[in-house]
Amino acid sequence: MSTETAAPTDAAKPSSPPYRRRIADRDGALAWIFLLPSVVYIVALVAVPFVLAIAFAASDVTAGDPSFDFVGLTNFARVLDDPVFWRSLGNTFVFTGISMVLIVVFGKVLANILVADFRGKWIVRFCVLLPWTTPVALSSISWLWLLDSIYSPIDWLLRAVGLLGPGENMYWLGEPGLAMTSVITVHVWRLTPLAAVIMMAGLVAIPRDIEEAARVDGAGYWRRMFEVTVPMVMPVIAVAALFGAIFTFTDMAVVRVLTRGGPNDATQVLSSWAFYRGIEGGDVAQGAAVALFLFPLLLAAAVAILRAVRRIEVR
Amino acid sequence: MPGIIGDAPTDELRRTYARRHVAGRIGVYAVAILVALGCAGPFLWSAITAFKQNRDLYNPANNPFVYNRPPTPDHMTYLFTDTAFGTFAWNTLWVGVLVVLITLVLGLPAAYALARLDRPWSGPLGIAIFLVYLVPPSLLFLSLSRMVVGVGLQDSTWSLVLVYPTITIPVSIWLLMGFLKAIPRDIEEQAMVDGHSRFGAIVRAVLPLVFPGIVAVVVFAFTLTASEFIYALAFVAPTDSMTVSTGVPTQLVRGDVFFWQSLQAATVLVALPIAFVFNLFLDRFVSGFTAGAVKG
Amino acid sequence: MAVVEVRDLVKEFDGGKVDRVRAIDGVSLAAEDGEYLVLLGPSGCGKTTLLRTVAGLEQPSSGEVLIDGHDVTGLPPRARKIAMVFQSYALYPHKTVLANIVFPLRAAGMAPAERERKAGWAAGLLGIEHLLGRKPRQLSGGERQRVALARALVRDPHVFLLDEPLSNLDAKLRASARDELKKFQDEIGTTTIYVTHDQVEAMGLGDRIVVLADGRVRQVATPAEIYDHPADTFVATFIGSPPMNLVPRGDTLVGFRPEHLLPAAVLPADAVALSLAVERIEYLSGDRHLYGTVTGVGEPTKVIARLPATVEEPIEAGQTHEFAVHTSKLRFFDEDSGVKCDPVRLGG
Repeated sequence: MSTETAAPTDAAKPSSPPYRRRIADRDGALAWIFLLPSVVYIVALVAVPFVLAIAFAASDVTAGDPSFDFVGLTNFARVLDDPVFWRSLGNTFVFTGISMVLIVVFGKVLANILVADFRGKWIVRFCVLLPWTTPVALSSISWLWLLDSIYSPIDWLLRAVGLLGPGENMYWLGEPGLAMTSVITVHVWRLTPLAAVIMMAGLVAIPRDIEEAARVDGAGYWRRMFEVTVPMVMPVIAVAALFGAIFTFTDMAVVRVLTRGGPNDATQVLSSWAFYRGIEGGDVAQGAAVALFLFPLLLAAAVAILRAVRRIEVR
Repeated sequence: MPGIIGDAPTDELRRTYARRHVAGRIGVYAVAILVALGCAGPFLWSAITAFKQNRDLYNPANNPFVYNRPPTPDHMTYLFTDTAFGTFAWNTLWVGVLVVLITLVLGLPAAYALARLDRPWSGPLGIAIFLVYLVPPSLLFLSLSRMVVGVGLQDSTWSLVLVYPTITIPVSIWLLMGFLKAIPRDIEEQAMVDGHSRFGAIVRAVLPLVFPGIVAVVVFAFTLTASEFIYALAFVAPTDSMTVSTGVPTQLVRGDVFFWQSLQAATVLVALPIAFVFNLFLDRFVSGFTAGAVKG
Repeated sequence: MAVVEVRDLVKEFDGGKVDRVRAIDGVSLAAEDGEYLVLLGPSGCGKTTLLRTVAGLEQPSSGEVLIDGHDVTGLPPRARKIAMVFQSYALYPHKTVLANIVFPLRAAGMAPAERERKAGWAAGLLGIEHLLGRKPRQLSGGERQRVALARALVRDPHVFLLDEPLSNLDAKLRASARDELKKFQDEIGTTTIYVTHDQVEAMGLGDRIVVLADGRVRQVATPAEIYDHPADTFVATFIGSPPMNLVPRGDTLVGFRPEHLLPAAVLPADAVALSLAVERIEYLSGDRHLYGTVTGVGEPTKVIARLPATVEEPIEAGQTHEFAVHTSKLRFFDEDSGVKCDPVRLGG
């Protein structure tokens, strides 16, 4: 696109002095001015810390000994030797994978509800938004009580319905398997609304014609859903999955509040483990080394999802 | 599957279809109620618990969803008088507002440049910004806490104002790009033909049209900021400088003692307004995602 | 027996806070077997709403819809033995052409072998066999129309409903696409209801035309009848380009089409004489369009006259000429209601 054209006011004022291109008109200059602040900010506060993190990971910096000495790949070796690291890595994948699937499935159902027409829609939308708009620390603390080994209202309900005997409790946060389930549940509960909102966008974008054509063609609800609607919103579903994956993958708050990674690191994930080692343990270098594994994995996942989007091109 | 006219008496067909329709409506309502309960159930419980007496609460045999003893405002009062909840809320508010402002000032022009001013490097830069979003706080917080100390902002709420935009800007740029692409170029071009510079055209013609999108991004960014936990935990230690996200857990959880009722009160007080406002702008927010997603 | 019938149909929309909009205001119609019925009118006249109500995509506020004699009011579209072609063609973008055509058959539970056969037959009829493997985005506008028709055809519907299918095409394509539609109709012979705002299309395609305005039927007749004997001033001015001239005379409007306003010299002596003060002359493909003011029939009124190339009388702009209209070509309308009324004797 050429930008070397004089402003139209030229022709209207032949008697004005030679027209000098003002900055406000030069697209090239404007583009730079518009982008520079954000780029500088991001470079300063993301790129630099990122590089710093790599540097830390290759150093021996601790809270007690802030001097910076190069130790090469020792930290990485230590990290890879640590069984808790492998546990955390595995957990991160399991949590993210399972959460993602559930978030997408439930999110799709939720999205359908959000676009449907019925009375009381506003209230339902409000309720659906609550899990996501609440600060994660606060909602996690609520779940702490809801999953408590003595006082859990969920257990109370189960007892009231007869699924649990009197005085019987589930150790939601105490048993490794149940603890993992609980963490996944809280993630799904928190992020499904966001996924639903994103998918709403996709649903709303389907031309009304096509949905009506399917109705006239004789397709019932489920056929329309799976043969027309879902294929057409695939790209949006992928975006929702991506957001769900990012928020689950990088989360440390839910784990930290609910289980602190326990019992016995059964629910430890990379982010919480990095926080534990880096801040609580004071071993900055170690923490950085652990955390660095997050980025390439997330990058790979994002690329995979986005490529899938491009392949399912719908026009 | 019920058939078409001619297969059966029309009256019968009508009844069958009507029945299915009703079943469908019931299904929708049933799922809607289930969904609402599932999502808001915990908050319902929180709201009730906030006013429960200790003896009512700490009794596993009691129904957690009703008042087995008369409700008490004590815990709510405690929240406001004995903790710095007011300060936390205020901190969250002004940090949120400032961060949103910074996000808009930096992000909106950037989004415009990427969406409209076709520079050869627009594509790669857009992808780069998206990639930034993938660098998680759980990785950066270590180096950032060092940097924050270096700048002298440790333990100050201002450190959050400085750092939070790293979370909000990339996603806001992406969303705003979507909103901007939905506006036809004609509008700006008309303004420029009418005698405005490109900049003038943006301010006069584009800005008013993208305003609803801006509002949606504002709400989204504020939600992200209010919820943020790891940076707040890592950078700010003094209680009075904390935001709701870290302050409430810190003050209401002392060692092993949880002030449950006050905690629930705090949760409800913070959650409800944010959800309410978000609900108001939900439709706008949704429309920005479509445009952004289509771009890929 | 009429294949499609609509009785006393009323459709109201909640216009928000104050107005309830009556999109259809008491319409009764019948389409005969094999008929090509065109719903014609300006935007907002209710023609598309009417079509959608017949299809079952909208439910009427009151009144009935009958197909094949069955009262289908309240039944969903798929129960009505209809097929519809939308303005945008509404092809499923992620499916191939073949999958698009086969979709209704799969929905009906037809066996695979029969489906193939049927789809092949429809594709053959429309000449799109070579496109079966393509996706809609790879097709031209005309090809998409044919796919949409094939998809509609395979259901063996009793009624075809078409919603302005030509309006998304280039002007150049429209003529040939219209031809194809006509040929398609002749071959298949299914009752068709066709919606358009373009009177040229309507006059060219329709066996009968229904002129609608403001949710009400103004006239139902053959194209010739509508053109020669419009039922009211709306029809008179909507059809025909340039529109019919209307001259007020007392409480009547005297109407005559531009091509019937000719120099007095070329008309027999018993034609009604009037004077035309010519202001402007336009030359269009051999015809001359004269713009001027006419006197001698009623109040002085601006009119248009269309002289074919065969009329060679010299006409000069800025001059007043003697013109006339044959008595049989005069039409009379009541000034207040616009409805056709009895002829008025006009003096020499």
